[in-house]
Amino acid sequence: MIEVKNIVKKFGEQTVLKGVSTRFEAGMTNLIIGQSGSGKTVFLKSLLGIHTPDSGTISFDGRIYSELSNDERRELRTEIGMVFQGSALFDSMTVEENVGFPLKMFTNKSAKEIKERVDFVIDRVHLVNAHQKRPSEISGGMQKRVAIARAIVNNPKYLFCDEPNSGLDPKTAIVIDNLIQEITQEYNITTVINTHDMNSVMEIGEKIVFLKNGLLEWEGSNKEIFKTDNEAVTDFVYSSELFKRVRKMYLEDDVK
Amino acid sequence: MLKEIFNKPTKWSAMKQLILKEVDDLIIGSLGIVSFISFFVGGVVAIQTALNLTNPLIPKFLIGFATRQSVILEFAPTFISIIMAGKMGSFITSSIGTMRVTEQIDALEVMGVNSLNYLVFPKIIALFLYPFVIGLSMFLGVFGGWMAAVYGGFTTSFEFTTGLQAEFIPFHIAYAFIKTFVFAFILATIPSFHGYYMKGGALEVGKASTVSFVWTSVVIILVNFILTQLLLS
Repeated sequence: MIEVKNIVKKFGEQTVLKGVSTRFEAGMTNLIIGQSGSGKTVFLKSLLGIHTPDSGTISFDGRIYSELSNDERRELRTEIGMVFQGSALFDSMTVEENVGFPLKMFTNKSAKEIKERVDFVIDRVHLVNAHQKRPSEISGGMQKRVAIARAIVNNPKYLFCDEPNSGLDPKTAIVIDNLIQEITQEYNITTVINTHDMNSVMEIGEKIVFLKNGLLEWEGSNKEIFKTDNEAVTDFVYSSELFKRVRKMYLEDDVK
Repeated sequence: MLKEIFNKPTKWSAMKQLILKEVDDLIIGSLGIVSFISFFVGGVVAIQTALNLTNPLIPKFLIGFATRQSVILEFAPTFISIIMAGKMGSFITSSIGTMRVTEQIDALEVMGVNSLNYLVFPKIIALFLYPFVIGLSMFLGVFGGWMAAVYGGFTTSFEFTTGLQAEFIPFHIAYAFIKTFVFAFILATIPSFHGYYMKGGALEVGKASTVSFVWTSVVIILVNFILTQLLLS
């Protein structure tokens, strides 16, 4: 479980996060949504320790990040898996080497044990015939799967995903969403996903945090987001005619 | 930056592999171009010296002497380093810069890997072998000079080798290798700095490589001047 208390982040004169507090439970897919410039990426990077908040605390199962020593922070980071927007796979390594990288760096497993675990997670993300290929030789969807495999190979307690569906076709995007949700539930991981994809919100948003102008505007589940009266949320989520109709139908069905 | 670079690596076995890879990329990968340039520039130095010795009172062994002094004191350590600022430096800046813009460095940091140590330390260690490259450049420069002078009909092999041995000061070799060690450190760190701290996209990677080449060259020239003053004057 990750608990965020009143975090503030400034860049020069600009305050990007203005005191955000929330809680992300284990075994749930937690989504952060909001317009461009709402502070989503800064929020995610603050959770990851890439940005240091100016005030407030972030605790990982009771361990307050700002109070940890450098060694304790490095230890904590080995419990974190991250799927970057552009996958961030290492160009100079094959798929197999990319996935095995965290094991090679942070465990004392033998080459055989690493190979077995790598084969298992590559299989788990349904990736075939790609072991010896380099990231430039595989499609965007496959790169995302490799990134997910690398993120989960060391049994992380926390999984962060930054726009995992960007650049993917709708069908592949749903496959990736479902894969993340399955893994989250299977391994009881605390998963936090930064997304713009409203399909993801509807499909896997067990908890949704809506940020607006650096503030937490609304939070709830994908069921609750249909019923909310919060104008900022409805304007953002149901900005397309299609989603407006879907919401109307959902609410009508709910009344019946 | 330096403190982070020289921190304990996350895992030594992984670091050893990285160092070997950098030796292959930076040192072995430079041998061809260094050999080619050194051989022909050595030859040109010998020919230019020979063509300028028009006074019959000046002995021909000066061709060998001038080639040795030019190649060992300046051409091999300094000018090969400037060429390497273009070759190795651009490679280092663009490879680290690309990792920065594609979030690969963020990925390392998030995993708990000290990215500065992981990326820069192996390059510094690999460049401990840089004096070997410069030693090869010295040898091939002088050899190229001998070939051009003898087979070009400017002097005899005996006269050239007499010139090579004339007034030889062993400290000049030490001076050249002291410079080489300092330049090796500059070649590893300045391009890494420009790659690691760059911001932007693909266009900025190209710009960072150019800026890195300019700064590495400027620093090498200035350090060369200071070291020459300190060691030879």
